[in-house]
Amino acid sequence: MAAAAPLSLLVLLLLGPGVWGQTDPPRDSLREELVITPLPSGDVAATFQFRTRWDSELQREEVSHYRLFPKALGQLISKYSLRELHLSLTQGFWRTRYWGTPFLQAPSGAELWAWFQDTVTDVDKSWKELSNVLSGIFCASLNFIDSTNTVTPSASFKPLGLANGTDHSFLRYAVLPREVVCTENLTPWKKLLPCSSKAGLSVLLKADRLFHTSYHSQAVHIRPVCRDARCASISWELRQTLSVVFDAFVTGQGKQDWSLFRMFSRTLTEPCPLASESQVYVDVTNYSQDNETLEVYPPPLTTYQDVVLGTRKTYAVYDLLDMAVINNSRSLNLQLKWKRPPGNGYIHYQPAQDRMQPHLLEMLIQLPASSVTKVSIQFERALLKWTEYTPDPNHGFYVSPSVLSALVPSEVAAQPVDWEESPLFNTLFPASGSSSHFVRLYTEPLLVSLPTPDFSMPYNVICLTCTVVAVCYGSFYNLLTRTFQIEEPSKGGLARRLANLIRRARGVPPL
Amino acid sequence: MADTCFLGQGCTTLVGLLLLPFGSLAASQIEDQAEQLFRSGHTNNWAVLVCTSRFWFNYRHVANTLSVYRSVKRLGIPDSHIVLMLADDMACNPRNPKPATVFSHKNMELNVYGDDVEVDYRSYEVTVENFLRVLTGRIPSSTPRSKHLLSDDRSNILIYMTGHGGNGFLKFQDSEEITNIELADAFEQMWQKRRYNELLFIIDTCQGASMYERFYSPNIMALASSQVGEDSLSHQPDPAIGVHLMDRYTFYVLEFLEEINPASQTNMNDLFQVCPKSLCVSTPGHRTDLFQRDPKNVLITDFFGSVRKVEITTETISLQPDSGIMESSYKKDLMDEELMEPLKYAEQLPVAQIIHQKPKLKDWHPPGGFILGLWALIIMVFFKTYGIKHMKFIF
Repeated sequence: MAAAAPLSLLVLLLLGPGVWGQTDPPRDSLREELVITPLPSGDVAATFQFRTRWDSELQREEVSHYRLFPKALGQLISKYSLRELHLSLTQGFWRTRYWGTPFLQAPSGAELWAWFQDTVTDVDKSWKELSNVLSGIFCASLNFIDSTNTVTPSASFKPLGLANGTDHSFLRYAVLPREVVCTENLTPWKKLLPCSSKAGLSVLLKADRLFHTSYHSQAVHIRPVCRDARCASISWELRQTLSVVFDAFVTGQGKQDWSLFRMFSRTLTEPCPLASESQVYVDVTNYSQDNETLEVYPPPLTTYQDVVLGTRKTYAVYDLLDMAVINNSRSLNLQLKWKRPPGNGYIHYQPAQDRMQPHLLEMLIQLPASSVTKVSIQFERALLKWTEYTPDPNHGFYVSPSVLSALVPSEVAAQPVDWEESPLFNTLFPASGSSSHFVRLYTEPLLVSLPTPDFSMPYNVICLTCTVVAVCYGSFYNLLTRTFQIEEPSKGGLARRLANLIRRARGVPPL
Repeated sequence: MADTCFLGQGCTTLVGLLLLPFGSLAASQIEDQAEQLFRSGHTNNWAVLVCTSRFWFNYRHVANTLSVYRSVKRLGIPDSHIVLMLADDMACNPRNPKPATVFSHKNMELNVYGDDVEVDYRSYEVTVENFLRVLTGRIPSSTPRSKHLLSDDRSNILIYMTGHGGNGFLKFQDSEEITNIELADAFEQMWQKRRYNELLFIIDTCQGASMYERFYSPNIMALASSQVGEDSLSHQPDPAIGVHLMDRYTFYVLEFLEEINPASQTNMNDLFQVCPKSLCVSTPGHRTDLFQRDPKNVLITDFFGSVRKVEITTETISLQPDSGIMESSYKKDLMDEELMEPLKYAEQLPVAQIIHQKPKLKDWHPPGGFILGLWALIIMVFFKTYGIKHMKFIF
């Protein structure tokens, strides 16, 4: 009996490795994608997406072997019984008017929302601990999240992953708008990727280029998804996204030619060896738009069409795992070039020089049919020197009218007869063709009232000052500096002697 | 007889001659052991680097702290052993013409921010309270590990502080100050709790020497960029960025540290001479009376570098991509299929459901505290006025 026990133990030990050999660790896979979208305003948006999918049920199994899925986040899910976690850190604002609709927009600052499992008893305590742990992982001040900036939405923010019940008491949402995103947040985000920043698409993630952008948003999304089409069991999906918009003005002086090297100062050399898919998509939906064609170099081997955000879009696909893509050159440097046919669009601008020459703006525009085109120029009112004002400055100053010279399609084709002899005004403009005629139109002159000083003020000031000086200062001066002397009245002079002569003649006593 | 005597003498001289080298060997061993006593007995290194100033024109304080961070990382201390506190963000500040960079030399020669930086306390988290909690270890348990100073009695800690200061205080973020007495008490708490083996304190502010005047715990060495009554001056502005990039003292300390590598034998006396008055305009000071070892025996790498246990191996391991996991898990899926019904995703905007849902009423809690006391008071007054016999009208 006693011998049988150790024997059975021994048998178990022998079977042990065999049993363990059959149960493999749950499989995980990585898919990395980069989508490059030229935007209507001439800027370029680049969106990275790294999806790590792990076929494991963290709640049920005791997991100790982490391969592609980062251990820091896996432990978070099991310790705080998370069902979903969404964290985003953003700098800037997505300008929908100029850039179109975004794939995934995030609020400026930090946003964190999470769904907890039904088994959690104290959701607020778990939420507070979760935000503290995340602040340590991502080097952000998420520890400032507390009851003063947390809400429980009751109707929106439904779970994005699998859900068998949506009791909103397990949802928490908080935003920190003052949060800054910088390299210290990108560094731990990059370290969660399986290939870190050494191979694959993450080689392009260099902080000095990614933060020199109009919009920078990085996010981490964790949720349970269906493992396969039958959807009988769950897998955990970690989706790391990073969206940036490169400013055409800042980085290229308005030119619209883009390349991977110009955007990221790096090129792609190899796919991540741990990735099962590694692809670059370029949005070529607006392949030809307004007589401009977008040329993508090197030419793509495949294209992909899909309905994205409600519109049909076409993408040029570059698969890094395909040997043909990076075979002749050791690196892949995608280039986007906008090619306009020559002579289509012309702008000449000569800025003004103060007191020397005026502004001159000449534009050749092709007006689309049945549309309204507005051309506007912003100006600032300057202060002139006081001698440059006209005697009636409050009338305003005139700006010369604009000139519109146009070729207007004719309704009725003109006969190209001997036009020198024709009456009326037909002969002023040489006929350019029978289908269109030339017109020159003028706008009204613009009357601008400039800031005008009050020209009567110098006279008023002089009068007032002189009065004050004369009355006040003058009186004091006189009182202080005038001395009084007694003077003998004068004894007269010539007039007195003449008068005495006449009085003596009359016999009257003298003066 | 005489032969044996002679032989004996020869033997003794021979033995004496043989003993001489042994004696010299023993003497050199004793010397080694004596030298061992003078070396530091630390097993790990920590660094706490603090920049206390906010606003764009204090760019130089952030650059100071980041240049010390860079040197310390380069000489071997890992991020997990560095607590970096920056009171404002200069790299991604909208006024920075080169985003994600912080430069220390003009003409943008050296970017001290780099690509791999982890800031533990940033922006509003840099307060006097948080700094003292980090030093003394009295941090709430929910704080993540990267924000703790987990030192023990065999740790050498480097503490670097920079910002605006005065005689006896250092300003934190333009809203509060830490005094030299508080700092000395914090260090004493650290000593009592055996949180450090040796401590090097460097401060680069105006009148910096006043901050180390009050220290009274053993094993502390302190350096400051200026004496009491003197201002620490900044080094050079960069016209493209528009602000002063570094302070003079830390600039010359950085230049000195750039020449140190993890194996160098430079000692503290060289660090004391780093910035003479001709370069720094202020007089840097130092204090070593609390330190037990002689500064000339203290290596720079005792504080700026790290003790690392490295084992070198020459075998190569080749990693193969494993393709064997592909089909093995399908068998498990087939087993589970009959047990579970398919799961589904939630609808993102179920309008009909939202319109008809009632807003969730808050759970009813019995009134407590103030309300209960108020009602008790009212009832007591009522019965005192009218007497208990009126209860029969109620019941």
